[in-house]
Amino acid sequence: MAIPLRYSVRNLRTRKVTTLLTAAGMALVVFVFAAVLMLDAGLRAALVATGQYDNIIVTRRAAGTEIQSIVDREQAAIVGSQPEIAMTGGARLVSREVVVLIALPKRGTGVPTNVGIRGVEPAGIALRPQVRVTAGRMFKPGAAEVMVGKSIAERFDDARIGATLRFGGRSWVVVGTYDAGGSGFDSEIWADSDQLMQSFRRQAFSSVVARLADPGSYEALKAGLEGDPRLTLDVKREKEFYEEQSRTLSNFIRYLGVTLSVIFSIGAMVGAMITMYTSVANRTGEIGTLRALGFGRRSILAAFLFEAVLLALIGCAAGLALASVMQLVQVSTLNWDSFSEISFRFTMTPNIVAQAVLFALAMGVVGGLLPALRAARLKIVDALRSA
Amino acid sequence: MYWLKLAFRNALRHRLRTALTVLGLVVAILSFGLLQTIVDAWYAGANNASPNRLVTRNAVSLTFPMPLAYREKIRAVPGVRAVGAANWFGGIYVDKKNFFPQFAVDAPAYFPMYREYVIDDEEWRAFMRDRKGAVVGRKLAQTYGFRVGDTVPLQGTIFPGVWQFNVRAIYDGAQPGTDTSQFFFHWDYLNETVNKRFRHRANQVGVFVVEIDNPDRAAEVSGAIDATFRNSLAETLTETERSFQIGFVKQTEAIVIAIRVVSFVVIFIILAVMANTMAMTARERIGEYATLKALGFGPGVVAILIFGESLAIAAAGCSIGVALTFPVGDWFAARMGTLFPVFKVSVETVALQVVCALAVGIIAALFPARRATGVRIVDGLRTI
Repeated sequence: MAIPLRYSVRNLRTRKVTTLLTAAGMALVVFVFAAVLMLDAGLRAALVATGQYDNIIVTRRAAGTEIQSIVDREQAAIVGSQPEIAMTGGARLVSREVVVLIALPKRGTGVPTNVGIRGVEPAGIALRPQVRVTAGRMFKPGAAEVMVGKSIAERFDDARIGATLRFGGRSWVVVGTYDAGGSGFDSEIWADSDQLMQSFRRQAFSSVVARLADPGSYEALKAGLEGDPRLTLDVKREKEFYEEQSRTLSNFIRYLGVTLSVIFSIGAMVGAMITMYTSVANRTGEIGTLRALGFGRRSILAAFLFEAVLLALIGCAAGLALASVMQLVQVSTLNWDSFSEISFRFTMTPNIVAQAVLFALAMGVVGGLLPALRAARLKIVDALRSA
Repeated sequence: MYWLKLAFRNALRHRLRTALTVLGLVVAILSFGLLQTIVDAWYAGANNASPNRLVTRNAVSLTFPMPLAYREKIRAVPGVRAVGAANWFGGIYVDKKNFFPQFAVDAPAYFPMYREYVIDDEEWRAFMRDRKGAVVGRKLAQTYGFRVGDTVPLQGTIFPGVWQFNVRAIYDGAQPGTDTSQFFFHWDYLNETVNKRFRHRANQVGVFVVEIDNPDRAAEVSGAIDATFRNSLAETLTETERSFQIGFVKQTEAIVIAIRVVSFVVIFIILAVMANTMAMTARERIGEYATLKALGFGPGVVAILIFGESLAIAAAGCSIGVALTFPVGDWFAARMGTLFPVFKVSVETVALQVVCALAVGIIAALFPARRATGVRIVDGLRTI
């Protein structure tokens, strides 16, 4: 026969201070655990949203990032004329792009921060449907004009509409702001590809981006281009390319965060154990009475375990509530893979909620098991004698 | 003294509970110490920077080079004692995750500026004789098992191809904080190879390291260097080595702040645990406290008993935690390899650990002590 759940709930209610303190410890652990996963999810969401599945990006072999990559005009022309690439209005959907990094002072702190400037061809806009101009207008091809991503506009004084940025020996007028739907492009400045190349006296592009007419033809195109002896290029799906860009930072955040959560959870579990041991010690008489009434050892074990798990779940709910507030926070940091600034938000996903709940359950079970076993092992006579 | 002894005895009454609380404290103090040390490691490069070294780079950003000809022009600026050129190589050793910094440097000018890199004379001469020679740090050598005479292949990401280097010397740090996880080779070797393969990228330098006569004139000399190249194709930005290093840290500041915040969260977690322990202890002993008061002892004695017990537990947890920080820190540093070139537990960290533990001990005793000292004798005795 099972002890009513109400018994456990009421026990927690009678010792409010102890319950609150123990739950608070667990809430903080769950908060750290969830916040780390949210940070990682935010970073991935930003970089994964950057790439399109049916776009390919071509860079120099083994370059890894666009700023290290060099694709000269001849190679770019070969890539651009492949039959697998989609056509619009008689031209292939290809953008030959230049990416350079400039240092801009951040608003407030004035710290020079690496910002990526991307030179795109007109097709480059069509290739990124997530990019929408929100204020001002697009830069004109052939003019020394730029448009800035949303998070750049928010964080850099020099990047408001009408201001001029000076780099590459020229002044560039900011003519518009665009929203790239929280993707990595939000942390970039876009200009005309040819203008940018001339200003930095470059002979070659950084990358070539193109739309596949049929997403399934990727393997064929990749094999064709990478096997071409005239080219020393890597072909990747744009989506995969940006996923790889998040790898170092994402791994770092995840390893550090999960390690910390596990270590911190030892503290919280110790707290739960202390609470439950005391709870058992104070109720020895009660336990004896329950046993004498006919409740089995298993019922006692279940009741105390349930109490510990309930404690953990209260902590979990509080921790998750606290963590969900973090969604308002925008984080910007240097992405080690691309060497440029990236900004993203803490992002809560159902998956994270599930993981946090499981984590809290595990804490409750581990913290409550030993005290519950002690309660279940008590002999009826001894327990009643101590009452 | 007598009361402290009683407080201490009290702490030992519930052995299991005290042991668990101490365990929690040890974990918290230990992880707090490690996290603070990680933050310190982040700033290590900046802390070891010499005040009389400046770094000149392209004003656009670090990814843009400067012409080699700048070296002589910088040398001619008044106040400059020596100039060395360096290029970030960014090669991959076997796998992408084996990261360590590699620089192509003009060794005869560069190494004399970095007196903290101690190189054996014999090995130095061997390095200077070998065009493809390399100097590696002691820590790097230990991590990957490099020995003098080994050939190290690096897959270039900025400079394509697989490059072979012969380890000719291993340098040690003059101070414990010196970064010995770097890999240096001859700038000339890089430049000659680049010149052969991709002509237009030859004779370009990533950064110039400038040694000046007088550290007090750093701002003036920096200004003079930058003025020399104003309105040229590659304008420069010169700053002290320290602010150059801080610039890197600043860009990843969000992570540093997160680690700092988290390191204090663990203190709050343990505070909750400790406060709970003390609350339970005091609640169980309300009858005893009332008895003491009935015997004529004042509320001060009761407070001493509670604070004494709390502080005794905190002190026990703190000392074990601090003692463990050093071996665990060493183990962690060994596991991380060259990711953290310098990983040392500082005196400030230990001081912070002690302060945090004491604060936890005091705050945890605050509420139980207030309740116990305020309890009326009649109410207290009734609970027996």
